[in-house]
Amino acid sequence: MIAEFGLAALWLAAALAVLQLAMAALGFSLSRAPSESDGRGEAARQLFAAIRPVAIVQGLLVIASFGALIALFVRSDMSVALVVQHSHSLKPMLYKVTGTWGNHEGSMLLWITILALSGAAIALFERRLRQDTLIATLGAQALIAIGFYAFLLFSSNPFARVLPAAPEGLGLNPLLQDPGLAFHPPPLYVGYVGLSVAFSFAVGALVTRDVGPAFARAMRPWVLLAWIFLTIGIAAGSYWAYYELGWGGWWFWDPVENASLMPWLAATALLHSVTVLATRDGLRAWTIVLALVAFAMSMLGTFLVRSGILTSVHAFAVDPTRGTFILILLAFYIGGALALFAARIGAVRQGKLFEPVSREGALVVNNLLLSVILGIVLIGTLYPIVAQWMGQQISVGPPVFNKTTVPIALALFVVAAAGPLLRWRRDETRALVGRMKWPIAAFVIGVVAVLLLAPGTGIFPVLGLGLAAALAIASVAPLAGRNLRRTPLHLYGMVIAHFGVAVSIAGMASESAFNKEVLVAARPGQTYAVGPFDVEFQGVRPTVGNNWTGVEAVLVARKGDAARAFALRPQQRFFASPPTETSEAALSTHWNGQLYAVIGQRADEGRWQLRLWWKPFVTLIWYGALLIALGGLISLIGRVRGKRTPKPEVTGYRK
Amino acid sequence: MKRSLILWVPFAVFVGVAILVASALFAPADRIVKSKLIGQPLPEFALDPMIEGKPGLSTQAFATGRPRLLNIFASWCVPCIAEAPHLMALQEAGATIDAIAIRDEPQAVAAFLARHGDPYRAIGDDAERRVQLNLGSAGVPETFVIDGQGRIVMQHIGDIRADDVPEILAALEAAE
Repeated sequence: MIAEFGLAALWLAAALAVLQLAMAALGFSLSRAPSESDGRGEAARQLFAAIRPVAIVQGLLVIASFGALIALFVRSDMSVALVVQHSHSLKPMLYKVTGTWGNHEGSMLLWITILALSGAAIALFERRLRQDTLIATLGAQALIAIGFYAFLLFSSNPFARVLPAAPEGLGLNPLLQDPGLAFHPPPLYVGYVGLSVAFSFAVGALVTRDVGPAFARAMRPWVLLAWIFLTIGIAAGSYWAYYELGWGGWWFWDPVENASLMPWLAATALLHSVTVLATRDGLRAWTIVLALVAFAMSMLGTFLVRSGILTSVHAFAVDPTRGTFILILLAFYIGGALALFAARIGAVRQGKLFEPVSREGALVVNNLLLSVILGIVLIGTLYPIVAQWMGQQISVGPPVFNKTTVPIALALFVVAAAGPLLRWRRDETRALVGRMKWPIAAFVIGVVAVLLLAPGTGIFPVLGLGLAAALAIASVAPLAGRNLRRTPLHLYGMVIAHFGVAVSIAGMASESAFNKEVLVAARPGQTYAVGPFDVEFQGVRPTVGNNWTGVEAVLVARKGDAARAFALRPQQRFFASPPTETSEAALSTHWNGQLYAVIGQRADEGRWQLRLWWKPFVTLIWYGALLIALGGLISLIGRVRGKRTPKPEVTGYRK
Repeated sequence: MKRSLILWVPFAVFVGVAILVASALFAPADRIVKSKLIGQPLPEFALDPMIEGKPGLSTQAFATGRPRLLNIFASWCVPCIAEAPHLMALQEAGATIDAIAIRDEPQAVAAFLARHGDPYRAIGDDAERRVQLNLGSAGVPETFVIDGQGRIVMQHIGDIRADDVPEILAALEAAE
């Protein structure tokens, strides 16, 4: 019965989405009627008043449906096809639950759950948006939802039964049996789908031609929220790949990673341009385009993962019908919205103009650089398809992406350091250089220190470390000379986020410059040196978990004196259902880096392939990402709570 | 350009991307990546000997007027074990086989050859996969047929199975 309940809830939610759209459309046509008689106006008001509850109930129904699917996985109901294919009664409970979204149908249900919840959240919490724009926004949100309900109900029903019921499930990819997996897709999905709110806001604003500072202030918290989750999701995904896949890398430019990076880049640009719109009423058309592009990138990512047109470690079961369905949705929503943009935005008055050397100017440069990186990642990701049409087979990998994106990213960090130190509207270049003297000094000291201590370091890591030092100083500079108690929260948010960027760059540059790798066919009893450590390979012993068997290597690492030796136990695990081998890296975290060990295949004569890395300061990458997300969160709290400052478009910018 | 036209640029870009991905959806890719160097001369390389008692390998070794095989293998590669007997069969049928060992250690290669047979005339040590990548080879094992002028005439991707042996022998003969 649980399955039928879930399916019924889903159908009802879909019906409510149709109703929501119809009410919005009808309300608009009534209120726009030329002779606005009282009866029509009253009917429109009633329709508008009823839209919020409809959106909220739709969200509740989808939550119930998703809850039903989780219940089916928890109970291991083997009469449901999805559970049979992706679960197993012996699987640990945590992975039964996470198995709910570790497959195509379940993850699409998670997607639509977040979409409907976003709609419900707008209906519940959005109070700043103009009434008609809000209605149009909820209408757009319903329109998006209808497409995804149709997709789920007609081509990917998660509740389909299998008769007769199977005696046992077929398991879950053991690579996915990991807490990192359990927790990295949900925040990513909240981020992806949260961007649908920005999209709906943009469509709503285009419908009502309401693009201005008030609209931007209403949209900003929603963009921030999605962006925070996206940041956390990408960081968690990166850390998961880093320790679970056992390749020792933290970013692979895999198509699916790119698919998560592209919406993040667009959302980051949007976050900065929406500030220009909110504070200075500039960049109107650009902000709307970014809001549309950010969600377009989310949908493109979903399409790339599920259509299987690009090879990736992440591929779900590939099915061309599903790919076609998502592509049609993509063409309809994104194509439609961009056409609406082109047709309508001309009618929106152009925003305020500004001098190139100003806070706005820096934010525009930030936007352009982010867009260029986005363009490169998009072209690089899709280039194999183009190449195939020209009769070539090419895969675009890290060498290309690193060479092209890193220089632009470095330029971006310069702007991130300088931008917050510029005044709005107009500023003097010479004054800026004066305010930048400490960051510039930090840059010079950083570069010289690296060149002296580690000569032969590549140019990008050297610049990266120098810029990290400069940005770390520059990011806290906006607090200098302020009354810290009266400083608004969103300013603290920016400071923390920019500082987090500096921390992350330091980690990335340090990892790529000072990484040490040792690959040996290890003999028990032998010791291998990697970085500052001596690692003794004591041998291999069998080990067992509750649904796998395996071997683990016993390694003892010491730095100098033997007293502070510690053990590392990398494993090879063998899963029975489905038969798969995975390797579990062993990591030992120190204040100045991580020691990373992987045990590979058995070689001849009792030797084992052993791979050891010393990765100095690698953890800064993820700590930095957490700081970035934390900065976003603090800023979000400030934006939602803060009402103390007068409206800048009335008073002009107040420092 | 007029502002009204610029406003259609995002739409036009989107249409382009949509058509592109649609084309990929309806014409699925051929996933086997062949080297672009087929029909071309071998790239220049000179590799040190991998093990004692066998020469290393350089481009000059190939332009000798006689076709030969270039096998890319590694002691840590399981399919290489599977193809070892078929390489032995090729050698017994008269083929000269040179090899490049990828990311390997001398003792490991020596042990591999002692255990699974040694069909090789020479083995070059490609510790960093440079030569392999220059050859346009994506993995191990792979086998190239090289003609007497040092040109690549055929690439076999993956382990050589029993039914591949006649085809490779025929390619060697044709390259004569």
